[in-house]
Amino acid sequence: MEELLQWLKTPGLNHFLILSALLFSLGIYAILSRRNAIMVLMGIELILNAANINFIAFSRYSTGTLDGQIIAIFVIILAAAEVAIALAIVLNIYQTFNTVNVDEINQLKD
Amino acid sequence: MDLFSIIFYVFAAITLGAGGIVVFSRNIVHSAFALLFAFFGVAGIYVLLLADFLAVTQLMIYVGGILVLLIFGVMLTQRQINVDIKAGTVQVIPSLIIVAALAGTLVGMFWMTTWKTTNLQPADPTAAKIGEQLLTNYLLPFEVASVVLLVALIGAAMIARREKRA
Repeated sequence: MEELLQWLKTPGLNHFLILSALLFSLGIYAILSRRNAIMVLMGIELILNAANINFIAFSRYSTGTLDGQIIAIFVIILAAAEVAIALAIVLNIYQTFNTVNVDEINQLKD
Repeated sequence: MDLFSIIFYVFAAITLGAGGIVVFSRNIVHSAFALLFAFFGVAGIYVLLLADFLAVTQLMIYVGGILVLLIFGVMLTQRQINVDIKAGTVQVIPSLIIVAALAGTLVGMFWMTTWKTTNLQPADPTAAKIGEQLLTNYLLPFEVASVVLLVALIGAAMIARREKRA
């Protein structure tokens, strides 16, 4: 118990990694359980943020170089591209099926 | 309890609390706005890790770009007239079990592993160094990323504006 308190008092690499693990799990839960396609996208954004926290935490505590931060920039770029394309697809699906619930979209053509 | 740990726990609580609202809220508009606070919390974590340039990038691209796009998506795909803005859930129990197992595994792994650490570098502005790296060691990924963004721009416009065949 004493060790745990001491561990909690001094945030280090492990604390950031555990924070990102919890954020990642929240994102996975959104992807698994939400019906709305846009909620699934929000889950993906949470997961990408969790990955970025890991990259930057390792870059600060483990390597001491900027490589992790640069990879995080590329992750952000890909997230922006991904969300633009995904929303275009979602809008198209909405026009075709009049719904964005992923469990009701079960045809490749109408 | 020094200032660093207090700030860490404040931002961690903001991130995880807002993330929880995003994931568990029944109202999708609430989820979208909670995502704003989750991104803010992550930006604070970046500042704490001395990634100042990335924190600003996070605010500009995630909060200013991606979040606005997501809110557009929410507004354009909900049936406003029927006030059908609720977002349902499926397979809650199996998902919860899987996610609890996953979170337990990951947290246990992160907790118990002894990671290789190095001496902490002093605080230093990172923007200039990142720019230097991007134009020397990371030049190829940088150029590829610009092409990817162009392709995504054209592709999104193509897909979203495609005429529906009668």
